[in-house]
Amino acid sequence: MNSSTIDMQTPSDFFRYRNVMLRIFLAILIALTLLSAWHTELKVGTFFTALPRVASWIFAHVVPDAAAWSRFPSMLEKLVETIFLSIMATTTAAVTAFLFAIMGSQCTRINGFFAIASRAVASVSRNIPIAAWALIFLVTFGMSAFTGYLALFFASFGFLTRAFIETIDEASDSQVEALRATGASYPHIIAQAVIPASIPQMISWVLYMVETNIRDATLVGLLTGSGIGFLFDLYYKTQQYKSASLVVILLVIVVMTIEFLSNHVRRKIL
Amino acid sequence: MSTVDYNRWTGKIAIRRLTTSQAWLYSVLVVLSSATVYGFLVLDTKGVGLIDAATRTIEYFGLMFGSPRGVPSHFGVFNDSTAALFLASFNLVLQTLSLAFLSTLLGGVIALVLGLFGAKNLTGPRTSNAIKGLMALIRAVPTVLWVLIFAIGAGLGAVAAVIGMSFHTIGYLLKAYSESFEEIDEGVIEALRASGASWLHIVSQAVLPSSITQILSWTFLRFEINFAVAVAMGAAAGAGGIGYNMFISAGYFFDIREIGFITYQILVIAILLEVVATRLKKRYRLAS
Amino acid sequence: MALLDVRKLTKSYGETQALSDVSFQISKGEFVSVIGPSGSGKTTLIRCVNRLIEPSAGEIVFDGKEMTALRGPELRRERARIGMIFQHYNLVYRLTVIENVLHGRLGYKGAIKGVFSMYDEQEKRHALEILELLGLGELVYRRCDMLSGGQKQRVGIARALVQNPRIILCDEPISSLDPSSARIIMDYLLKIRTEMGITMVVNLHQIDVARKYSSRILGFNKGTLVFDGPSDQLSQQKIYEIYGAEAGELIND
Repeated sequence: MNSSTIDMQTPSDFFRYRNVMLRIFLAILIALTLLSAWHTELKVGTFFTALPRVASWIFAHVVPDAAAWSRFPSMLEKLVETIFLSIMATTTAAVTAFLFAIMGSQCTRINGFFAIASRAVASVSRNIPIAAWALIFLVTFGMSAFTGYLALFFASFGFLTRAFIETIDEASDSQVEALRATGASYPHIIAQAVIPASIPQMISWVLYMVETNIRDATLVGLLTGSGIGFLFDLYYKTQQYKSASLVVILLVIVVMTIEFLSNHVRRKIL
Repeated sequence: MSTVDYNRWTGKIAIRRLTTSQAWLYSVLVVLSSATVYGFLVLDTKGVGLIDAATRTIEYFGLMFGSPRGVPSHFGVFNDSTAALFLASFNLVLQTLSLAFLSTLLGGVIALVLGLFGAKNLTGPRTSNAIKGLMALIRAVPTVLWVLIFAIGAGLGAVAAVIGMSFHTIGYLLKAYSESFEEIDEGVIEALRASGASWLHIVSQAVLPSSITQILSWTFLRFEINFAVAVAMGAAAGAGGIGYNMFISAGYFFDIREIGFITYQILVIAILLEVVATRLKKRYRLAS
Repeated sequence: MALLDVRKLTKSYGETQALSDVSFQISKGEFVSVIGPSGSGKTTLIRCVNRLIEPSAGEIVFDGKEMTALRGPELRRERARIGMIFQHYNLVYRLTVIENVLHGRLGYKGAIKGVFSMYDEQEKRHALEILELLGLGELVYRRCDMLSGGQKQRVGIARALVQNPRIILCDEPISSLDPSSARIIMDYLLKIRTEMGITMVVNLHQIDVARKYSSRILGFNKGTLVFDGPSDQLSQQKIYEIYGAEAGELIND
């Protein structure tokens, strides 16, 4: 800021200043922690008793029993349903998000009004948490896979619109200018410059969203009574913990497989 | 004339050759879109048609966003004071924010410790890879399941929520922190090492001071995410806060107008957090 | 009649004037260099001609058509007859060389044909001929991100040529290139002017290059045209007027 004060500052002044700042920061952090703990009625003692209990619970239930294996086919069915739901929500949201991103991006927008409107819609859609979307559609359509689909769709749409806008802004500014100069029309520019320049990055986002949505679909399923989340909830509430843990194991396998596949694809296309 | 390819079927001059990266790209598109089409064909819509669904969505959105209102008794308020109602519901929002704060803090502290061990330039690649593998495993389990698993040990409530939510927080922040650490100039660390500084000295004198702004920014970005997660845990895993009230409004009262009332409050907080997060991202060039 | 007639062209961004009251005429077949320090309005000028930037006031008459009055398809048709070459090449890097070259035909295409890359055989053959001419015959199917800077710029030139332009606008075409690639590019531009008779307007940073290649030089300073004359009349005094304090370094080069 003003160099004279810095010049005059001795090293010990500097370290003292840093130490004071550090103490103030830590004091605020501790105050906020205590306040939050009090406000959420956090029982600190439970923290330490919970960990060993959960650890022993996990060891006791990690190996599925015969009852759990007998439910394996229905788990698989719900798992497949969840995977499809995640993919459907992602792809349809991606197509919608692409249209909104084109209107919202600085270099492809049609006019200022549409740009602001599309960014606003995306912002609302993304900032309403996915659990809230699930509950909104639960009231609208009752318990069904369709409700889960809509919740995933709206959350993905908001997220992907922002991601796509960033991608388009980064990838295609100069190409758009070049094509405008040749006399290309708006659809030409989108098809010949914007899409080729940004599609690998956009696909990468879509794959990331599929991964995320499989995890989120579990949450949504819990709330809307569909997919693998519903099944977990059922076993959990009836205390059939070995079945519940088999569900978790299957989910881990699926999520990690999809993560592995999409990383592989990402390396190939980027 | 130059070497030119001709289209196998039309005999016209080709303008591209199929590369492996294009082949992968097209395959992904084909797989995803056929899965989508198949998914819609078998989707259980409980007999709701497309037009019916659209009109109902518009109607409910209209009610939710157009005429939101909260029922005072649902928020423990038993008089007609609007101020009291807003105060009560804001208190619940604060509870959700507190959950987000605590889990971000817990996750952040653990991630910081692990990150110092996990950064490639501070320890060997083997430790680093082991930690990364463990994190991939932890991230594969959805947060809601972590919370419910911990609820078995701690009972449904804040403790289970904070521990459960901290798991993904650790995974997210660990990656961010170790990348910040790895950005640090190798020469600085080497110089300190040469001067006989211990590992602890290097960390406290070189690593932390030069990456502290990035660390704080990343932590805030996670706090923003954790707010949404905390709403979800209130709704799905009994963690309390505004999420739980929303769950009750939806699951027991089927009251879309009250959901609107709650949604608006969540939206305001979420957008405020996002604005700050976006500023931080731009300022410190944090790549997501 | 002049091919390009710029009359009292003005462009302002809020308070700052990027161009003030600029007038000049360019005839068919001229090779004109536009010089001036950064921020002197060269880039704005060249982009006003094909309306990538909207002028604030003044007229631009290209080949008898008032550019500032054109809208929609009419504007596209005129842009198609004006080629443009960029400092950073502005290619779609994930597409092949020939796909990028054929982008130059989009100004003549309907929506469907352009969107789905349905180019005529004649257009493709024309593109191939031009690539051959520019020494890119072996790189037709190479992805543009695999090319060197000089090769990328030649693709940019090919894209402009395939438009069958009456004029080519070049915005600092050699500023991102090493000296030998830069010379090759400038030689090609000169060749295009002499062999095809296409008018060239080139923004340049290097005075010696401008002197060597162009028949006429326009010098800008802070958005005002301060020199307009044959290259050999560009005196040290004039260079000082154009570049101000920067001039010393440039002359010593």
